[in-house]
Parts: sequence; C-alpha cells; structure tokens
Amino acid sequence: MTIEFETPKPIAQMQTMLQSVAENMMRSVSREFDENEHAIPWDYVEFMHTAMKAAGLGGGLTPGDDKPKEGAEKRPPIGYQRLAAQIEMLSWGDVGFYLITPGGGLGAAAVQAAGSPEQRIKFLARFNEDKPTYAAMCMTEAGAGSDTSAIRTRALLDEVAQEWVINGEKIFVTGGDKSFTEYEKLGKGFIVVWASIDPMAGRAGMRAFVVESGTKGVSIVKLEHKLGIRASDTAVISLVDARVPYDNVLGSATVEKTTTGFKGAMATFDATRPLVAASGLGVARAGLEFLKEKLTENGVTIRYGLPRNKLTSIERDVIDMEIQLRSAWLLVLKAVWMADNKKSNALESSMSKVRAGDVTSKITQKAVEIMGPLGYSREFLLEKWFRDAKITDIYEGTGQINRLVVARQILGYSGKELR
Amino acid sequence: MYSFEPNEEQQMLVDAVGKYAANDLHPAAHEAEESRELPKKLISKGWELGLLQASVPESFGGFGDRSAVTSALAVEEMASGDLAGALAVMTPSLFATPILLVGSEEQKKEYLPKIIEGEWRPYTAALIEYSFDFDANDLRTTAKLSGSDYVLNGEKAFVPFAKDSEALIVYANLDDQTQGFIVPKNTAGLSIADEREKLMGINALPLYRVKLDNVTVPAANRLGGAAGHSFELILASMQIASASAAVGVSKASLEYSMNYAKEREAFGVKIAQKQAIAFMLAEMATEIEAMRLLVWEAAWMLDNGKEEAVKQAYLAVTGAADMAMMVTDRGVQILGGHGYIREHPVEMYMRNGRGFAMLTGLAIV
Repeated sequence: MTIEFETPKPIAQMQTMLQSVAENMMRSVSREFDENEHAIPWDYVEFMHTAMKAAGLGGGLTPGDDKPKEGAEKRPPIGYQRLAAQIEMLSWGDVGFYLITPGGGLGAAAVQAAGSPEQRIKFLARFNEDKPTYAAMCMTEAGAGSDTSAIRTRALLDEVAQEWVINGEKIFVTGGDKSFTEYEKLGKGFIVVWASIDPMAGRAGMRAFVVESGTKGVSIVKLEHKLGIRASDTAVISLVDARVPYDNVLGSATVEKTTTGFKGAMATFDATRPLVAASGLGVARAGLEFLKEKLTENGVTIRYGLPRNKLTSIERDVIDMEIQLRSAWLLVLKAVWMADNKKSNALESSMSKVRAGDVTSKITQKAVEIMGPLGYSREFLLEKWFRDAKITDIYEGTGQINRLVVARQILGYSGKELR
Repeated sequence: MYSFEPNEEQQMLVDAVGKYAANDLHPAAHEAEESRELPKKLISKGWELGLLQASVPESFGGFGDRSAVTSALAVEEMASGDLAGALAVMTPSLFATPILLVGSEEQKKEYLPKIIEGEWRPYTAALIEYSFDFDANDLRTTAKLSGSDYVLNGEKAFVPFAKDSEALIVYANLDDQTQGFIVPKNTAGLSIADEREKLMGINALPLYRVKLDNVTVPAANRLGGAAGHSFELILASMQIASASAAVGVSKASLEYSMNYAKEREAFGVKIAQKQAIAFMLAEMATEIEAMRLLVWEAAWMLDNGKEEAVKQAYLAVTGAADMAMMVTDRGVQILGGHGYIREHPVEMYMRNGRGFAMLTGLAIV
C-alpha cells in the first residue's frame, strides 16, 4: 500500500461517458421534471436500462463483484470507488433522475445484505429482464425516523397458512411508486418492509420482508410534494393485513438473542452513506461550476495564490467552496476505498456524510447568494440545485445522527454511553 | 489507483517521529514556550531521526529520495508534539530542500553533504516580510544584477535561528520574480537584529529580523545558478509543510480536549457524553481528516509532477489554516475556564493555530 490519488483509468473513462449522458439526457429536461412533479422521464429510464443491461449492470448501480477476468492481472478492487464516481456524475446531471435510475436500489441492497443465497436468486434476477424494474426500502415511519428501533409495523406469522401478516404504515419510501405500482413499461418490482416479529425483543425482533408489487392490502396512500429531488417519487405506503409468503422474510424467522436482523440494515448504511455523500457532492459541483462559469462570463477572475487578505469577498468564497468540495470528495474516496478493501469504515462513512451534508448545502446556498437575482431565478438550474442539495444532510441519516456515529467512534462510546 | 495507506517505510518513519513527538517534544513544550528556550539536546534528538537526511540522495551524503508525501506525514506527526520544537528541528531543511529541489550541481555539492553529515546546525531561510500586504510572490526585498554580482536590499522578518546560522537563503524580487540567493554569514551589509521577534505563539523558536543593505553575492549564489529557478515549487512545498503542521497542531488539540472531556464530569456524566461536546469533537475530527487528505493529495501531486500541485497546495494551506483556527478554538472551549489557563496546552495550540494563516515559509517538505 501507499498513498496515491491517481484516478483509475476505467473510472476516468466511465466519467467521460456518463458526463455526456448527464448533459444530453438529464440537464436538457431537468427543469421540466422539476416543474412536473411525479411525471416519469421515460426516455432516461429506458435509455439507462438498456445501456446498463448492455454493460452488464442490469441489477442497477452496484459495486459489482469486481472479479478480474480469468488470466487477467490481479488488480485491487475498485467497485465502490467506481460506484461513487458514477453516482457523483449522474447527480451532477440531475440528482432526482439519478435516484430513479432503474435497478434494485436500497430494496435489492437489503436482499443482498440480509437474504439467503436462494432469496438473492429468487428476488434479484428480475432486474436483468427486458423492462426497467425497481425495488424500494420501507423503513421510516411517522414515529420512527432516525430512531429506527421505534418501528411499529408488525408482522405476525399465520402458522396455518404459513404466511406473514403485516400491518403498519411506512413513509418516505424513495421509489415506492415505481417499485410497487404496476406500470406497463416497468417490470414487476418489490418493496422491502421492515417490521417487528416480536415487539418485546426490541431491535432483535426486527426483520425485513420482501413484499411483491400488487400485493393485496398494500396501497400507496400518497406521493409527497417536496422541496427538491422532484423527479424521484417519495411514497407513503400502508399495509393492512398484507399477506406475504413465509419464505419472504430475510434472515432467520425466529428471534434469538442476537441482533443480526437489524445489523443487516445498519451494515447497509455503512456502505451507502459515502454514496449518498457522493451524490450530494455531484450537486455541489454542478452549482460551483455554474457559478465559476457565470463569473468568468462577467469578467470576474479568481486570483488563486494571492494572500487571503488581498482577495475580494467573492474570491474568498469561491476558494473556500473549492476547498470544501475537494476535501469532502476525498473523504468519500477514502470511505469507499476502505469498503473496496474490506476495511471497517463506519467512522469514515459517517465523516464523509457529515461533511458532504454540510458542504453541499453551503456551496449551493453561497452560489445562489453570489449570483444575486440570477441565482434566485428559475431561468437557471442553480436555484433547483440549492433545493436538491438540502436532502443530502437529511436522508440516509441526518447530519446530526452521523455526528453521533462519528462521536461514538472516536470516543469509544456505545449507544448507551452517548445517546 | 487511489490508496490511503502509508507504505511500510512511511509507517515506520511516522511511528518513530510520533514517539519523539509524544515522549520528547510534547513534555518539553510548555517549559520551552514559557522560557522561550528549546533544549539543544531536544533538537539534536529530533535531527537524528533523519528526516532531511532521508530525503537527500546518497551522492550528496543522504540515504534516500525526497517525497513530499513522506515529509508531510512526518511534519504532521512532529508538529503534533510541539510546533516550535518541530520547526526548530526542521530549520536546516529551509536551506537544504530548495537547493535539493532547484539548486545547481555546484550548490548541491557545496552545501548538502556538510549540512547532512554533521550535527544539527542552523542553516535557514528568509522569506517573510513585516508588512500587512506581504505576498511571497510580490516581495519588497529587491535583487539587482550588477556586473557579475547580485545586490540585495530590504528587510526580512521571522527568520529562524538567523543569529547563529552558517548561511541563509534570502528570497528577493528580481524583475518581478521571487528568486532565492545564498547569503553566507558575515556577508557585508547583512545585519541581524539583536532582539528576537516577539510573537503570539511559537515563542520557543528563535526568530529574527534581518536587514539587507547592499548585500552583494556572486551570480553563482543565485539559487539554481545563473539561470535562476522556478519559485512555485518551493512555495508549494512550503505551503504543504505549513498545512501539514496545521493538521498536526489540530490533532494535538483534539486529542487533549477529547481526553479531558472523557474525564471531566458535570451533571453526573462525563461531558463527552453530552451531545453539545460530542458534536464539537465529531466536527473537529471530521475537519482534521478532510484537510489531512487535501494536504496528502497536494503532496502526491507535487511528487508526481502534476500541474495542479501549485493550486492544490494553496488550497490545502488556506483550508488547513482555517481548520486549525476552528479546531484549536474549540479545544479551548471544551476545557472552558481551564482551557484559558496556561497549565493546559490548548491555549498554546490556539495561539499556534492562528499562525498558519501567515507563517508559510517557516517549514518546507
């Protein structure tokens, strides 16, 4: 090992390719799908599905197994690094579109993390079929956000029918509509519902269930209207006596003293936090690049290298934004590099998310401020990126939850010692 | 490839420097700061770690190759023990490293072996000037060609160990470019103030004002020889060193305040168990790591001859200086009233932390 910052060639090539997708298929219609919330950009969805299938990424954006071809030289794995770069570039195009890139998403990730080999085959094969297909994760409830142990949704086993009976209501389900509602242009998706099989057991009783699209008793109550990421649907899903086959539970069907079921979900977060950070930083980069372009057009140059006390206020701001963006991106790179190299990265994942949540908001907010009326106008996408940016500090663990994780890690405290 | 792990050799060096920082520099720091004096033995011990020696090739008396990444790692570690002590140990690099980087063959042959092979001796450099609008790329001190000599005029500030130095590099403005000139001690027209500079921090490091009144040196003393040299790589190397030191001082402040917060009780719990304190610590740790990586990348770019290295080094030192101020301020805040008392080192870290915004030129990787 050594310290190195050379972008691997396959990643650089992929970035060039995705940049043209971002420019041609996303930016050109970004505004349209921001104004028409809940409309589906079918061109993008179908193009991406076809392109990704051709590239062997039918399952959606994943790190892949990253095994070298037979006979090829053995390289260090870069699956998560590549994925972070893909997500950053797509989010630079339009983060709402990125979020509806076809594939298994968080739903499939849960199956991958907590399911048996048979379940993986059974539930994940569909993403490689002809039609774009989605899966979503249903975790949050009205009374259980960051505190996921407060989940109230219940799953009872009907021993006679050998079926699980699920009751509860889930909110903030990203992609819930495309995963559950049956669209002609889409394949049959599923949602993964987190529910307790034993309320007395706390977290140890928590399990994830695969609920197929169209299951009786399950309904989309509403689609939320949001500040940003409007191309991505966010559903409220209710489950009333929803019946699910016995084999759809991920992990063990009985409650032991261990907390494996829940740890599965938490392990998913360690892997996905730097990816969410990467997505935010794509938005931040879009904002910063736009700002610099406009400044250049208006004859403002940034005099790098000058002492701080000689710089104009705008120069200082832009230089700070560059520092923030680059250093946050390096935190992301380190976290995904650790994931690729099977190093435990709970601390680094949360650090990258803390920092990205902050800088994504700060950069886009500052850019709007500097651009004045042009920043506030809907003629440009900058105001949209400002709105899109905010979600980075909220989903996949708010900035505050991630500060808690970082603090516990550096202090060596348990959840009990630092609440 | 991306990779974030020091190699074996670097790790060994970091461990050795870390031991020296923790066992020697840190325990001596308070006394040194108060008495404005660094024990000679302490400096010699640091010198014997061989940081500079390891970055000079065998042909000039050393035993390695220069790597900005390796140096950045070492500077961070050393500065986490004590900034003034670290700067003192590394002072000869201010003279040797620019020669190694851009010096002529003659300059390398003349100076490198004698600096490296012996005891620690103060060879130094003068970059900073005492003015509000000081800019390393736009110096007030001038150099003018006169026949086959250069004539230097002006005043330099904060020059480490100038009083005892064997020779120093003076940076001056030659036709709107910053160029270095080797000036041996006792050169006519070179005068060094008797009184040491008095600054807010790094009081253990002897710093002097240096005047140049028609100081005349032969053209061969121009850094790089008659044709001169590029200054941007030297400045970038100084910025990376300054940024690494900022990370080191910040790390020291975080560690001290974190340990304090795990001991100090209020309302029946350790104060680290309060989110108000824990969140501050989490942010400090995150900022430190972010800037550390930015510095590493700049150093890596420099080692690999990347064009962006110059800009990146500027971003790194700018960001790290801000970070150091934020982190060391919070270090004091976490200790509350105790943080304000000089018995605890956090107030010194805070004074040192502020310096990184204006002290590029006191260290080089």
